[in-house]
Amino acid sequence: MMGRGLLGIEDLERSDIERILETAERMQEVGRRDVKKVPTLRGRTIVNLFFEPSTRTRTSFEIAGKRLSADVVNFMPASSSLTKHESILDTAKNLDAMDPDAVVVRHAVAGVPKRIADELGAPVINAGDGAHEHPTQALLDLLTVREEKGRIDGLTVTIIGDIAHSRVARSDIYAFLKMGAEVRVAAPPTMLPACVESLGVKAFTSLREAIDGADVVMALRIQMERLSGALFPSVREYSATFGVDRAKLRYAKDDAIVMHPGPVNRGVELSPDLADHRPSVILDQVRNGVAIRMAVLYLLAGRRRVEREEE
Amino acid sequence: MTNDSPRGNPSPPAQAGGAESDCRVVLDDLAISRALTRIAHEIVERNEDLGKLYLVGVPNGGVPLARQLAANLHEITGIDTVVGILDTTLYRDDLISSGSRPPLRRTEMPSAVDDRVVILVDDVASTGRTIRAAMDALMDFGRPRGVQVVALVDRGHRELPIKIDYVGKNIPTKRSELVKLRARDGSYQRPLEVVVLAEGGRADG
Repeated sequence: MMGRGLLGIEDLERSDIERILETAERMQEVGRRDVKKVPTLRGRTIVNLFFEPSTRTRTSFEIAGKRLSADVVNFMPASSSLTKHESILDTAKNLDAMDPDAVVVRHAVAGVPKRIADELGAPVINAGDGAHEHPTQALLDLLTVREEKGRIDGLTVTIIGDIAHSRVARSDIYAFLKMGAEVRVAAPPTMLPACVESLGVKAFTSLREAIDGADVVMALRIQMERLSGALFPSVREYSATFGVDRAKLRYAKDDAIVMHPGPVNRGVELSPDLADHRPSVILDQVRNGVAIRMAVLYLLAGRRRVEREEE
Repeated sequence: MTNDSPRGNPSPPAQAGGAESDCRVVLDDLAISRALTRIAHEIVERNEDLGKLYLVGVPNGGVPLARQLAANLHEITGIDTVVGILDTTLYRDDLISSGSRPPLRRTEMPSAVDDRVVILVDDVASTGRTIRAAMDALMDFGRPRGVQVVALVDRGHRELPIKIDYVGKNIPTKRSELVKLRARDGSYQRPLEVVVLAEGGRADG
Protein backbone atom coordinates (compact mmCIF):
# COMPACT_ATOMS: atom_id res chain seq x y z
CA MET A 1 0.00 0.00 0.00
CA MET A 2 0.90 3.63 -0.19
CA GLY A 3 1.27 3.78 3.58
CA ARG A 4 4.77 5.22 3.56
CA GLY A 5 4.44 7.39 0.54
CA LEU A 6 5.34 6.25 -2.91
CA LEU A 7 8.74 4.60 -2.92
CA GLY A 8 8.37 2.17 -5.77
CA ILE A 9 5.90 0.38 -7.99
CA GLU A 10 7.09 -2.93 -6.55
CA ASP A 11 5.30 -2.09 -3.27
CA LEU A 12 1.96 -1.27 -4.90
CA GLU A 13 -1.07 -3.45 -5.37
CA ARG A 14 -2.89 -3.30 -8.66
CA SER A 15 -5.77 -1.58 -6.85
CA ASP A 16 -3.40 1.20 -5.69
CA ILE A 17 -2.27 1.71 -9.27
CA GLU A 18 -5.88 1.80 -10.49
CA ARG A 19 -6.74 4.39 -7.88
CA ILE A 20 -3.82 6.61 -8.89
CA LEU A 21 -4.67 6.32 -12.58
CA GLU A 22 -8.34 7.12 -12.01
CA THR A 23 -7.42 10.13 -9.90
CA ALA A 24 -4.96 11.27 -12.58
CA GLU A 25 -7.64 11.03 -15.26
CA ARG A 26 -9.66 13.55 -13.30
CA MET A 27 -6.57 15.73 -12.83
CA GLN A 28 -6.09 15.81 -16.60
CA GLU A 29 -9.30 17.82 -16.81
CA VAL A 30 -7.86 20.45 -14.46
CA GLY A 31 -4.89 20.74 -16.80
CA ARG A 32 -7.18 21.49 -19.73
CA ARG A 33 -8.90 24.38 -17.97
CA ASP A 34 -8.21 28.02 -18.57
CA VAL A 35 -7.52 28.48 -14.85
CA LYS A 36 -5.37 25.44 -14.08
CA LYS A 37 -5.57 25.60 -10.33
CA VAL A 38 -7.72 24.06 -7.65
CA PRO A 39 -7.57 24.93 -3.93
CA THR A 40 -7.21 21.35 -2.70
CA LEU A 41 -3.77 21.56 -1.04
CA ARG A 42 -3.92 25.20 0.02
CA GLY A 43 -1.65 25.78 2.97
CA ARG A 44 0.29 22.57 2.36
CA THR A 45 4.02 22.57 1.77
CA ILE A 46 5.76 20.21 -0.61
CA VAL A 47 9.53 19.99 -0.61
CA ASN A 48 11.35 18.88 -3.73
CA LEU A 49 14.55 17.39 -2.33
CA PHE A 50 16.72 16.72 -5.34
CA PHE A 51 20.23 15.45 -4.67
CA GLU A 52 20.67 14.73 -8.36
CA PRO A 53 20.01 17.38 -10.99
CA SER A 54 16.75 17.00 -12.86
CA THR A 55 14.92 19.81 -14.55
CA ARG A 56 12.04 17.91 -16.06
CA THR A 57 10.90 15.78 -13.17
CA ARG A 58 11.39 18.56 -10.66
CA THR A 59 9.45 21.02 -12.80
CA SER A 60 6.68 18.49 -13.30
CA PHE A 61 6.32 17.98 -9.54
CA GLU A 62 6.49 21.73 -9.02
CA ILE A 63 3.71 22.42 -11.53
CA ALA A 64 1.64 19.56 -10.10
CA GLY A 65 1.95 20.93 -6.56
CA LYS A 66 1.15 24.46 -7.66
CA ARG A 67 -1.92 23.38 -9.62
CA LEU A 68 -3.20 21.95 -6.33
CA SER A 69 -2.37 25.27 -4.61
CA ALA A 70 0.38 23.80 -2.42
CA ASP A 71 3.50 25.81 -1.67
CA VAL A 72 6.37 24.08 -3.41
CA VAL A 73 9.92 24.56 -2.17
CA ASN A 74 12.90 23.31 -4.13
CA PHE A 75 15.80 22.11 -2.06
CA MET A 76 18.82 21.10 -4.09
CA PRO A 77 21.81 20.56 -1.83
CA ALA A 78 25.16 20.67 -3.56
CA SER A 79 26.07 17.03 -3.86
CA SER A 80 29.64 17.66 -2.78
CA SER A 81 28.61 18.57 0.74
CA LEU A 82 26.37 15.55 0.99
CA THR A 83 28.53 12.59 0.18
CA LYS A 84 28.24 11.03 3.60
CA HIS A 85 25.14 9.05 4.40
CA GLU A 86 24.76 10.70 7.78
CA SER A 87 24.51 14.10 6.31
CA ILE A 88 21.68 13.06 4.01
CA LEU A 89 19.66 11.91 6.97
CA ASP A 90 20.65 15.05 8.80
CA THR A 91 19.30 17.13 5.94
CA ALA A 92 16.11 15.08 5.98
CA LYS A 93 15.63 15.53 9.71
CA ASN A 94 16.19 19.25 9.39
CA LEU A 95 13.60 19.39 6.68
CA ASP A 96 11.15 17.36 8.72
CA ALA A 97 11.45 19.83 11.55
CA MET A 98 9.99 22.42 9.16
CA ASP A 99 6.85 20.29 8.88
CA PRO A 100 6.47 19.65 5.17
CA ASP A 101 3.37 17.79 4.05
CA ALA A 102 5.20 15.75 1.43
CA VAL A 103 8.82 15.36 0.40
CA VAL A 104 9.78 14.44 -3.15
CA VAL A 105 13.22 12.82 -3.22
CA ARG A 106 15.64 12.13 -6.03
CA HIS A 107 19.04 10.65 -5.36
CA ALA A 108 21.72 8.91 -7.41
CA VAL A 109 21.88 6.07 -4.89
CA ALA A 110 19.19 3.40 -4.72
CA GLY A 111 17.35 3.22 -1.42
CA VAL A 112 17.94 6.77 -0.22
CA PRO A 113 14.24 7.76 -0.46
CA LYS A 114 13.34 4.82 1.75
CA ARG A 115 15.98 5.72 4.32
CA ILE A 116 14.63 9.26 4.35
CA ALA A 117 11.05 8.00 4.60
CA ASP A 118 12.03 6.02 7.68
CA GLU A 119 13.05 9.26 9.37
CA LEU A 120 10.20 11.50 8.33
CA GLY A 121 6.64 11.99 9.48
CA ALA A 122 5.75 13.34 6.06
CA PRO A 123 5.11 10.99 3.15
CA VAL A 124 8.03 10.57 0.79
CA ILE A 125 7.62 10.31 -2.97
CA ASN A 126 10.48 8.74 -4.87
CA ALA A 127 11.36 10.80 -7.92
CA GLY A 128 14.10 8.41 -8.99
CA ASP A 129 16.77 6.63 -6.95
CA GLY A 130 19.83 5.21 -8.65
CA ALA A 131 19.00 2.20 -10.81
CA HIS A 132 16.18 1.23 -8.46
CA GLU A 133 12.83 2.86 -9.28
CA HIS A 134 11.17 5.91 -10.77
CA PRO A 135 7.55 5.19 -9.89
CA THR A 136 5.86 8.34 -11.19
CA GLN A 137 7.46 7.78 -14.60
CA ALA A 138 5.97 4.30 -14.79
CA LEU A 139 2.58 5.61 -13.69
CA LEU A 140 2.57 8.31 -16.35
CA ASP A 141 3.53 5.66 -18.90
CA LEU A 142 0.56 3.55 -17.80
CA LEU A 143 -1.73 6.55 -18.04
CA THR A 144 -0.48 7.37 -21.54
CA VAL A 145 -0.91 3.79 -22.74
CA ARG A 146 -4.38 3.54 -21.25
CA GLU A 147 -5.34 6.81 -22.88
CA GLU A 148 -4.10 5.59 -26.26
CA LYS A 149 -5.26 1.98 -26.11
CA GLY A 150 -8.17 2.10 -23.70
CA ARG A 151 -6.63 -0.70 -21.64
CA ILE A 152 -3.34 -2.19 -20.47
CA ASP A 153 -4.43 -5.75 -19.82
CA GLY A 154 -3.32 -8.07 -22.59
CA LEU A 155 -1.09 -5.57 -24.41
CA THR A 156 2.47 -6.38 -25.41
CA VAL A 157 5.00 -3.80 -24.26
CA THR A 158 8.60 -3.87 -25.49
CA ILE A 159 11.21 -1.90 -23.57
CA ILE A 160 14.48 -1.31 -25.38
CA GLY A 161 17.75 -0.04 -23.98
CA ASP A 162 20.00 -0.23 -20.99
CA ILE A 163 17.66 -2.35 -18.89
CA ALA A 164 20.38 -3.17 -16.36
CA HIS A 165 21.01 0.44 -15.35
CA SER A 166 17.55 1.91 -15.80
CA ARG A 167 15.20 2.76 -12.95
CA VAL A 168 12.58 3.62 -15.55
CA ALA A 169 12.81 0.10 -16.95
CA ARG A 170 12.44 -1.47 -13.51
CA SER A 171 9.43 0.60 -12.56
CA ASP A 172 7.83 0.08 -15.95
CA ILE A 173 8.40 -3.67 -15.79
CA TYR A 174 6.66 -3.89 -12.40
CA ALA A 175 3.91 -1.51 -13.50
CA PHE A 176 2.97 -3.09 -16.80
CA LEU A 177 3.18 -6.63 -15.39
CA LYS A 178 0.93 -5.74 -12.46
CA MET A 179 -1.58 -4.26 -14.86
CA GLY A 180 -1.70 -7.43 -16.92
CA ALA A 181 0.51 -6.61 -19.91
CA GLU A 182 3.13 -8.87 -21.45
CA VAL A 183 6.50 -7.18 -21.05
CA ARG A 184 9.51 -7.82 -23.28
CA VAL A 185 12.91 -6.26 -22.90
CA ALA A 186 15.49 -5.92 -25.65
CA ALA A 187 19.11 -4.91 -25.31
CA PRO A 188 22.62 -5.98 -26.10
CA PRO A 189 23.59 -8.74 -23.62
CA THR A 190 25.78 -6.31 -21.67
CA MET A 191 22.75 -4.16 -20.92
CA LEU A 192 20.50 -6.98 -19.74
CA PRO A 193 20.67 -7.70 -16.03
CA ALA A 194 21.37 -11.28 -15.02
CA CYS A 195 18.20 -13.26 -14.39
CA VAL A 196 16.04 -10.48 -15.83
CA GLU A 197 13.45 -13.05 -16.85
CA SER A 198 12.86 -13.89 -13.19
CA LEU A 199 10.95 -10.58 -13.03
CA GLY A 200 8.42 -12.08 -15.40
CA VAL A 201 9.58 -10.49 -18.65
CA LYS A 202 10.84 -12.05 -21.86
CA ALA A 203 14.36 -10.96 -22.79
CA PHE A 204 15.59 -10.54 -26.36
CA THR A 205 18.88 -9.61 -27.92
CA SER A 206 17.21 -9.13 -31.30
CA LEU A 207 15.15 -5.99 -31.65
CA ARG A 208 13.13 -7.41 -34.48
CA GLU A 209 11.94 -10.39 -32.46
CA ALA A 210 11.25 -8.23 -29.43
CA ILE A 211 9.16 -5.77 -31.40
CA ASP A 212 7.23 -8.42 -33.33
CA GLY A 213 3.54 -7.82 -32.69
CA ALA A 214 4.11 -5.22 -29.93
CA ASP A 215 1.45 -2.65 -29.03
CA VAL A 216 3.87 -0.36 -27.24
CA VAL A 217 7.52 0.21 -28.15
CA MET A 218 9.41 2.03 -25.44
CA ALA A 219 12.95 3.22 -26.08
CA LEU A 220 15.05 4.18 -23.07
CA ARG A 221 17.56 6.99 -23.02
CA ILE A 222 21.09 5.73 -23.56
CA GLN A 223 23.67 7.28 -21.27
CA MET A 224 26.29 8.20 -23.84
CA GLU A 225 29.17 7.72 -21.42
CA ARG A 226 28.15 4.10 -20.97
CA LEU A 227 28.48 3.55 -24.68
CA SER A 228 32.15 4.38 -24.76
CA GLY A 229 33.42 0.85 -25.01
CA ALA A 230 32.46 -1.17 -22.00
CA LEU A 231 28.86 -1.97 -22.85
CA PHE A 232 28.71 -1.48 -26.56
CA PRO A 233 31.19 -0.77 -29.31
CA SER A 234 29.78 2.51 -30.61
CA VAL A 235 26.81 4.81 -30.75
CA ARG A 236 26.50 4.07 -34.44
CA GLU A 237 26.34 0.36 -33.87
CA TYR A 238 23.81 0.73 -31.07
CA SER A 239 21.68 2.93 -33.23
CA ALA A 240 21.85 0.53 -36.18
CA THR A 241 20.94 -2.48 -34.03
CA PHE A 242 18.66 -1.15 -31.29
CA GLY A 243 17.66 2.32 -32.44
CA VAL A 244 13.97 2.44 -33.34
CA ASP A 245 13.02 3.85 -36.73
CA ARG A 246 10.04 3.50 -39.01
CA ALA A 247 11.54 0.55 -40.85
CA LYS A 248 12.00 -1.49 -37.67
CA LEU A 249 8.65 -0.37 -36.36
CA ARG A 250 6.95 -2.23 -39.19
CA TYR A 251 7.34 -5.44 -37.22
CA ALA A 252 5.19 -4.04 -34.42
CA LYS A 253 1.40 -3.86 -34.65
CA ASP A 254 0.06 -1.39 -37.18
CA ASP A 255 -1.30 0.83 -34.43
CA ALA A 256 1.72 0.51 -32.12
CA ILE A 257 2.77 3.61 -30.21
CA VAL A 258 6.33 4.69 -29.45
CA MET A 259 7.31 6.02 -26.05
CA HIS A 260 10.44 7.49 -24.50
CA PRO A 261 11.03 8.86 -21.00
CA GLY A 262 13.02 11.79 -22.42
CA PRO A 263 15.20 13.54 -23.15
CA VAL A 264 15.70 11.78 -26.49
CA ASN A 265 19.10 11.35 -28.07
CA ARG A 266 17.77 11.92 -31.56
CA GLY A 267 19.22 9.42 -33.98
CA VAL A 268 20.42 7.09 -31.21
CA GLU A 269 17.45 5.46 -29.48
CA LEU A 270 14.91 6.93 -31.86
CA SER A 271 15.16 8.24 -35.39
CA PRO A 272 14.68 12.03 -35.40
CA ASP A 273 11.49 11.73 -37.37
CA LEU A 274 9.97 9.29 -34.86
CA ALA A 275 11.01 11.39 -31.91
CA ASP A 276 8.85 14.26 -33.12
CA HIS A 277 5.85 12.66 -34.78
CA ARG A 278 3.20 10.01 -34.36
CA PRO A 279 3.16 7.25 -33.52
CA SER A 280 5.40 8.58 -30.78
CA VAL A 281 3.51 10.02 -27.81
CA ILE A 282 6.44 11.56 -25.96
CA LEU A 283 4.81 14.91 -25.31
CA ASP A 284 1.65 13.20 -24.07
CA GLN A 285 3.86 11.39 -21.58
CA VAL A 286 5.19 14.73 -20.36
CA ARG A 287 1.68 16.20 -20.10
CA ASN A 288 0.43 13.13 -18.27
CA GLY A 289 3.36 13.38 -15.88
CA VAL A 290 1.82 16.48 -14.34
CA ALA A 291 -1.56 14.75 -13.92
CA ILE A 292 0.04 11.69 -12.33
CA ARG A 293 2.04 13.81 -9.89
CA MET A 294 -1.08 15.80 -9.02
CA ALA A 295 -2.85 12.52 -8.31
CA VAL A 296 -0.02 11.22 -6.13
CA LEU A 297 0.22 14.51 -4.22
CA TYR A 298 -3.56 14.62 -3.78
CA LEU A 299 -3.59 11.10 -2.39
CA LEU A 300 -0.56 11.52 -0.13
CA ALA A 301 0.28 15.11 0.79
CA GLY A 302 -0.80 16.26 4.18
CA ARG A 303 -1.76 12.84 5.40
CA ARG A 304 -0.18 12.29 8.76
CA ARG A 305 1.65 9.06 9.41
CA VAL A 306 -1.11 7.67 11.61
CA GLU A 307 -3.74 8.21 8.93
CA ARG A 308 -1.55 6.62 6.34
CA GLU A 309 -0.83 3.57 8.43
CA GLU A 310 -4.50 2.95 9.11
CA GLU A 311 -5.02 2.01 5.48
CA MET B 1 -21.86 11.15 0.47
CA THR B 2 -24.25 9.15 -1.58
CA ASN B 3 -22.21 6.02 -2.07
CA ASP B 4 -22.10 4.80 1.50
CA SER B 5 -24.12 1.73 2.19
CA PRO B 6 -25.97 1.54 5.47
CA ARG B 7 -23.74 0.04 8.07
CA GLY B 8 -24.76 -3.00 10.07
CA ASN B 9 -27.26 -4.13 7.48
CA PRO B 10 -26.06 -7.40 6.01
CA SER B 11 -29.31 -8.15 4.16
CA PRO B 12 -29.26 -7.81 0.35
CA PRO B 13 -30.92 -4.74 -1.22
CA ALA B 14 -34.68 -4.88 -0.87
CA GLN B 15 -36.77 -5.69 -3.90
CA ALA B 16 -39.15 -3.06 -5.23
CA GLY B 17 -41.81 -2.50 -2.62
CA GLY B 18 -40.01 -4.81 -0.23
CA ALA B 19 -39.07 -4.05 3.32
CA GLU B 20 -35.59 -2.80 4.10
CA SER B 21 -35.97 -2.30 7.82
CA ASP B 22 -34.01 0.97 8.22
CA CYS B 23 -34.81 2.44 4.81
CA ARG B 24 -37.85 4.41 3.72
CA VAL B 25 -38.60 5.67 0.23
CA VAL B 26 -39.55 9.35 0.35
CA LEU B 27 -39.72 9.97 -3.40
CA ASP B 28 -40.33 7.29 -6.00
CA ASP B 29 -39.61 7.59 -9.68
CA LEU B 30 -42.97 9.14 -10.50
CA ALA B 31 -42.68 11.71 -7.71
CA ILE B 32 -39.14 12.59 -8.87
CA SER B 33 -40.34 12.96 -12.42
CA ARG B 34 -43.24 15.23 -11.35
CA ALA B 35 -40.95 17.36 -9.20
CA LEU B 36 -38.57 17.83 -12.12
CA THR B 37 -41.44 18.81 -14.41
CA ARG B 38 -42.60 21.43 -11.94
CA ILE B 39 -39.06 22.71 -11.41
CA ALA B 40 -38.58 23.04 -15.18
CA HIS B 41 -41.72 25.20 -15.34
CA GLU B 42 -40.45 27.31 -12.45
CA ILE B 43 -37.13 27.77 -14.23
CA VAL B 44 -38.96 28.96 -17.35
CA GLU B 45 -41.09 31.29 -15.27
CA ARG B 46 -38.17 32.82 -13.45
CA ASN B 47 -35.70 33.29 -16.31
CA GLU B 48 -36.32 35.64 -19.19
CA ASP B 49 -33.44 34.73 -21.46
CA LEU B 50 -33.76 30.97 -21.66
CA GLY B 51 -30.97 30.72 -24.23
CA LYS B 52 -28.49 31.79 -21.54
CA LEU B 53 -29.27 28.89 -19.23
CA TYR B 54 -26.59 26.35 -18.43
CA LEU B 55 -27.53 23.33 -16.32
CA VAL B 56 -24.66 21.96 -14.25
CA GLY B 57 -25.10 18.69 -12.39
CA VAL B 58 -23.08 17.90 -9.29
CA PRO B 59 -22.02 14.21 -9.44
CA ASN B 60 -23.16 11.72 -8.95
CA GLY B 61 -26.86 12.28 -8.27
CA GLY B 62 -27.16 15.74 -9.79
CA VAL B 63 -26.11 14.61 -13.25
CA PRO B 64 -29.17 12.52 -14.27
CA LEU B 65 -31.39 15.19 -12.73
CA ALA B 66 -29.72 17.94 -14.79
CA ARG B 67 -30.19 15.87 -17.94
CA GLN B 68 -33.86 15.30 -17.15
CA LEU B 69 -34.34 19.02 -16.52
CA ALA B 70 -32.75 19.77 -19.89
CA ALA B 71 -35.17 17.34 -21.54
CA ASN B 72 -38.09 18.95 -19.72
CA LEU B 73 -36.97 22.46 -20.72
CA HIS B 74 -36.76 21.30 -24.31
CA GLU B 75 -40.27 19.92 -24.14
CA ILE B 76 -41.66 23.13 -22.69
CA THR B 77 -39.74 25.70 -24.75
CA GLY B 78 -38.11 23.86 -27.66
CA ILE B 79 -34.78 25.31 -26.57
CA ASP B 80 -31.76 23.06 -26.05
CA THR B 81 -29.93 23.80 -22.81
CA VAL B 82 -26.25 22.99 -22.31
CA VAL B 83 -25.62 20.42 -19.57
CA GLY B 84 -22.32 20.30 -17.71
CA ILE B 85 -20.91 18.11 -14.94
CA LEU B 86 -18.97 19.70 -12.11
CA ASP B 87 -17.24 17.62 -9.44
CA THR B 88 -16.74 19.51 -6.20
CA THR B 89 -14.34 17.13 -4.48
CA LEU B 90 -11.19 19.19 -5.07
CA TYR B 91 -13.01 22.19 -3.54
CA ARG B 92 -14.24 20.49 -0.38
CA ASP B 93 -13.48 22.27 2.87
CA ASP B 94 -12.81 19.13 4.87
CA LEU B 95 -9.91 17.63 2.92
CA ILE B 96 -7.17 19.40 4.80
CA SER B 97 -8.45 18.72 8.28
CA SER B 98 -9.65 15.16 7.78
CA GLY B 99 -6.88 13.60 5.73
CA SER B 100 -9.48 11.61 3.83
CA ARG B 101 -9.03 11.46 0.09
CA PRO B 102 -12.36 10.75 -1.56
CA PRO B 103 -12.36 9.51 -5.14
CA LEU B 104 -12.68 12.25 -7.73
CA ARG B 105 -15.66 12.30 -10.04
CA ARG B 106 -15.90 13.48 -13.60
CA THR B 107 -15.98 17.14 -14.55
CA GLU B 108 -17.14 18.06 -18.05
CA MET B 109 -17.92 21.66 -18.76
CA PRO B 110 -18.68 21.72 -22.49
CA SER B 111 -18.85 25.49 -22.86
CA ALA B 112 -17.77 28.65 -21.09
CA VAL B 113 -19.88 29.90 -18.21
CA ASP B 114 -19.22 33.59 -18.88
CA ASP B 115 -22.44 35.59 -19.10
CA ARG B 116 -24.55 32.44 -18.66
CA VAL B 117 -27.12 31.81 -15.97
CA VAL B 118 -25.83 28.64 -14.38
CA ILE B 119 -28.30 26.38 -12.63
CA LEU B 120 -26.49 24.02 -10.27
CA VAL B 121 -28.35 20.77 -9.82
CA ASP B 122 -27.79 18.59 -6.75
CA ASP B 123 -29.75 15.62 -5.53
CA VAL B 124 -29.76 16.31 -1.80
CA ALA B 125 -29.03 19.69 -0.21
CA SER B 126 -28.19 19.88 3.44
CA THR B 127 -25.34 21.76 5.06
CA GLY B 128 -24.78 23.93 1.98
CA ARG B 129 -21.12 22.96 1.83
CA THR B 130 -21.38 21.13 -1.47
CA ILE B 131 -23.12 24.12 -3.06
CA ARG B 132 -20.44 26.42 -1.64
CA ALA B 133 -17.78 24.19 -3.17
CA ALA B 134 -19.66 24.03 -6.46
CA MET B 135 -19.85 27.82 -6.64
CA ASP B 136 -16.11 28.13 -6.02
CA ALA B 137 -15.45 25.53 -8.71
CA LEU B 138 -17.79 27.32 -11.09
CA MET B 139 -15.93 30.61 -10.69
CA ASP B 140 -12.78 28.87 -11.91
CA PHE B 141 -14.58 28.35 -15.21
CA GLY B 142 -15.48 32.00 -15.68
CA ARG B 143 -17.91 34.66 -14.56
CA PRO B 144 -21.52 33.55 -14.80
CA ARG B 145 -24.20 36.23 -15.02
CA GLY B 146 -26.03 34.46 -12.24
CA VAL B 147 -26.16 31.21 -10.32
CA GLN B 148 -29.31 29.42 -9.21
CA VAL B 149 -29.60 26.14 -7.34
CA VAL B 150 -31.88 23.14 -7.78
CA ALA B 151 -32.09 20.43 -5.13
CA LEU B 152 -34.39 17.49 -5.54
CA VAL B 153 -34.47 17.15 -1.76
CA ASP B 154 -33.74 19.77 0.86
CA ARG B 155 -33.23 18.09 4.20
CA GLY B 156 -32.27 21.18 6.19
CA HIS B 157 -29.35 21.33 8.65
CA ARG B 158 -27.85 24.30 6.80
CA GLU B 159 -24.43 25.37 8.08
CA LEU B 160 -23.73 28.06 5.50
CA PRO B 161 -25.91 30.92 4.21
CA ILE B 162 -26.96 29.09 1.04
CA LYS B 163 -30.42 29.43 -0.46
CA ILE B 164 -31.90 26.75 -2.70
CA ASP B 165 -33.94 28.35 -5.50
CA TYR B 166 -35.87 25.29 -6.64
CA VAL B 167 -36.69 22.48 -4.21
CA GLY B 168 -38.27 19.19 -5.23
CA LYS B 169 -39.32 18.31 -1.72
CA ASN B 170 -38.43 19.42 1.78
CA ILE B 171 -37.75 16.37 3.91
CA PRO B 172 -37.08 16.88 7.60
CA THR B 173 -34.45 14.42 8.77
CA LYS B 174 -32.25 13.65 11.68
CA ARG B 175 -28.61 14.48 11.19
CA SER B 176 -27.70 10.85 11.72
CA GLU B 177 -29.82 9.75 8.79
CA LEU B 178 -28.55 9.48 5.23
CA VAL B 179 -30.65 10.68 2.33
CA LYS B 180 -29.71 9.46 -1.11
CA LEU B 181 -30.88 9.36 -4.66
CA ARG B 182 -30.34 5.94 -6.12
CA ALA B 183 -31.44 3.34 -8.59
CA ARG B 184 -32.08 -0.13 -7.32
CA ASP B 185 -29.25 -1.53 -9.41
CA GLY B 186 -26.69 0.94 -8.05
CA SER B 187 -26.52 3.00 -11.25
CA TYR B 188 -28.13 6.37 -11.81
CA GLN B 189 -30.46 5.10 -14.52
CA ARG B 190 -34.22 5.34 -14.06
CA PRO B 191 -36.21 4.24 -12.21
CA LEU B 192 -34.76 6.39 -9.46
CA GLU B 193 -35.87 6.86 -5.90
CA VAL B 194 -34.90 8.93 -2.91
CA VAL B 195 -34.50 6.98 0.28
CA VAL B 196 -33.79 7.87 3.88
CA LEU B 197 -31.46 5.45 5.59
CA ALA B 198 -31.11 5.35 9.34
CA GLU B 199 -27.67 5.86 10.84
CA GLY B 200 -26.19 6.85 7.53
CA GLY B 201 -23.53 9.03 9.06
CA ARG B 202 -23.24 12.78 9.06
CA ALA B 203 -25.04 15.21 6.84
CA ASP B 204 -22.73 16.03 4.01
CA GLY B 205 -24.48 18.04 1.35
